[in-house]
Amino acid sequence: MTSTAPPAPAQPPPQRTANTLSTLRRREARAGYLFVLPFMIVFVAMLIVPLGYSGYLSVFREQLIGGTSFVGLENYARALSDATFTGGVARMALFLVIQVPIMLGLALLFALVLDSGRLRLQKFVRLAIFIPYAVPGVISALMWGYLYGPDFGPFAQLGEASGLGSPDFLSADFMLFSIMNIVTWGFIGYNMIIMYSALRSIPTEIYEAARVDGAGEVRIATAIKIPALRPALVLTTIFSVIGTFQLFNEPNILRTIAPNVIGNGYTPNLYAYNLAFVGQEVNYAAAIAFLLGFVIMVVSYIFQLSTSRKEATR
Amino acid sequence: MKPHPFRRTAAPVVASLSALALVACTGGSEDGSDSGNGGGETEAITAEQFEEAMSTPTELTFWSWVPDIQNQVDMFEEAYPEIDVEYVNVGQGAEHYQQMRTAIQAGSGAPDVAQVEYQHLASFRLGGDLLDLTPYLQEDLSAAYPDWVWSQVSADGGLWGIPQDTGPLGSLYRTDLFADAGIEVPTTWDEFAQAAADYREAMPDSYLTNMPGNDPGQFVGLLWQAGARPFAYDGAETVTIDLDSPEVLQVVEYWQGLIADDLVSVDPDFNDQWYQALANGKYASWQVAAWGPVFLQGTAGNTSGLWAASTLPQWEEGQNISGNWGGSTDAVLSSTDNPIAATELARWINVEEAPATRFVQEQFLFPPSLSILESEEFLAEESEFYGGQQVNATFAEISETVPTDDFGWLPFMDFAYSAYNETLGSAIADRGDLVAGLQAWEAELVEYAESQGFTVE
Repeated sequence: MTSTAPPAPAQPPPQRTANTLSTLRRREARAGYLFVLPFMIVFVAMLIVPLGYSGYLSVFREQLIGGTSFVGLENYARALSDATFTGGVARMALFLVIQVPIMLGLALLFALVLDSGRLRLQKFVRLAIFIPYAVPGVISALMWGYLYGPDFGPFAQLGEASGLGSPDFLSADFMLFSIMNIVTWGFIGYNMIIMYSALRSIPTEIYEAARVDGAGEVRIATAIKIPALRPALVLTTIFSVIGTFQLFNEPNILRTIAPNVIGNGYTPNLYAYNLAFVGQEVNYAAAIAFLLGFVIMVVSYIFQLSTSRKEATR
Repeated sequence: MKPHPFRRTAAPVVASLSALALVACTGGSEDGSDSGNGGGETEAITAEQFEEAMSTPTELTFWSWVPDIQNQVDMFEEAYPEIDVEYVNVGQGAEHYQQMRTAIQAGSGAPDVAQVEYQHLASFRLGGDLLDLTPYLQEDLSAAYPDWVWSQVSADGGLWGIPQDTGPLGSLYRTDLFADAGIEVPTTWDEFAQAAADYREAMPDSYLTNMPGNDPGQFVGLLWQAGARPFAYDGAETVTIDLDSPEVLQVVEYWQGLIADDLVSVDPDFNDQWYQALANGKYASWQVAAWGPVFLQGTAGNTSGLWAASTLPQWEEGQNISGNWGGSTDAVLSSTDNPIAATELARWINVEEAPATRFVQEQFLFPPSLSILESEEFLAEESEFYGGQQVNATFAEISETVPTDDFGWLPFMDFAYSAYNETLGSAIADRGDLVAGLQAWEAELVEYAESQGFTVE
């Protein structure tokens, strides 16, 4: 989130044109502010104010009996030693290191294959890969929930019919992978489109030059395309980090069919939600939400730092 | 009413953030001084005051998730043309309560009248958010309901809601599957355990019943039947949490035996998998409330004619005791500007014969009031789905066998039920140690209650 303020007038311009130029500058500045105003209003009202408010909430403690009292950072201290919260964060970190590389790797592969132009029915394939993203997350979780069903789900029935038996997709051991599968299925297309459009913006002359030098498609992909994709890869990774830590819909829906596996705090977001709306611990939930935001910020920052280091050493 | 399982799942982050913001807006405005809580001293309104209130143009907001309740609202508006009722369905069960809490905390946007299940009356009473209806009613309704229903809505000398429907527990079973397995309908829990084993032997792909780990409502109903009184709230700062009584242990250890031996299934209920299992004969019986028979008709239509209804198995031979699972009231919020009209809306749609009968005939709610429970027409209705059995009569009889002594609730039942899912419920679903799960449940409840400032007994 960067807000773009117009640059302040730098050196005073030469005397003669000073007046006209400064009025022009001022007018420009005014127009600039006017342009960013709608964004700033929404940004402040929808992000800064709620953020400040939950920050404010998080330093209080409201009891059902006894009312509200100021507790400073006590809620944060409690969260850091709360195994449900830290366990949820750890689970999401595991999710991140397994699911995100698979998802982005596949998205990259599809983008490169599509971009190579050697595919038949290219438009159809592109659409087919993208379509899962058009299915709302809640619907896709319901759909996969049905597919995973242990008695009447098609996988289970197929396994039964073939005599192989089927793994219990909804058991404690498999659940995280089952959710990874849903998220991967849903978001490959989205990431693929971002990478694909980045590839399209590379001038074709570079490829021609490379071909003249004798490079094949694979060499072009590794030496030209993937390096050129770096900004798109960074972007999709950051989005994936944020999306992973905020995971909510999929576990919340699968909970109805596997309530013993997915508890109140299966993901930190689910935990904050349940604290606020089931346990009525709004203040503690605000602290959890704030800490979660902090975790996301740190992880994203570390990632960005490591990529820019790499870039600097090149 | 039992909340239906499929709830709309809102985009969580945005929703919770904005809700947090709303919640936060309350600040200092605690419960107003005009709320009629505490009861006792307030004089009942006069007929003139009532007439005046009902002939003054008034706008009321009414939140409920009963399907087609707009019909009853229309009838009310016809009877009182000056009163304009805006009916809103803000979601079922948990979602409905979340919206109510948010609106109450925000200090604006709360309804005048809202559907509240019996077990949640205490939690809304806790903040002084419910109106004591006693001074606004011109008649004493206590004789119109079975004692146990009345005890659910009245506490501390006040009346906190008008009963809308109830859920006395009975048993629904598949006559064909019972016949195939060669077992009789068990009348005691001992017989039930034996039947579960015999059934399982005869029908290896199916179970005599299912004990879901995610349905505290059903489990608490079974505790109710066994004579346990695990929860109570004195209306002030003291709660009672008693989950290690012999009655509770009796129920828990009983199911522990069946579950450990794989004699009952442990599927979570009210989801797609479970609907299919019901329709496909995976469970031969269902211990369910009076709203169950109609619900089952909609879920397992292909098994029409194969089901029958009976009472719950009993702990002692010759007993006839039931418990309750679910049911709702219409309560008035203390923030209302029109307590007389709001109370009349809650009363009128549930007590007047025309709208109340409609609840039974069109919305299939199980009636709480004696006038319908004892009416010939209601009792004599034969159900094709249950092989022509007079199911209403069966459940009306069961309704009389719910113990009349107070079954109390905690002022934080949504937390209590959620904690159940994490502890005892998980132990059920994992076929684990139920007694340990029970202890964990109690420990969590006590810890929560203390952290919220209650005195625990």
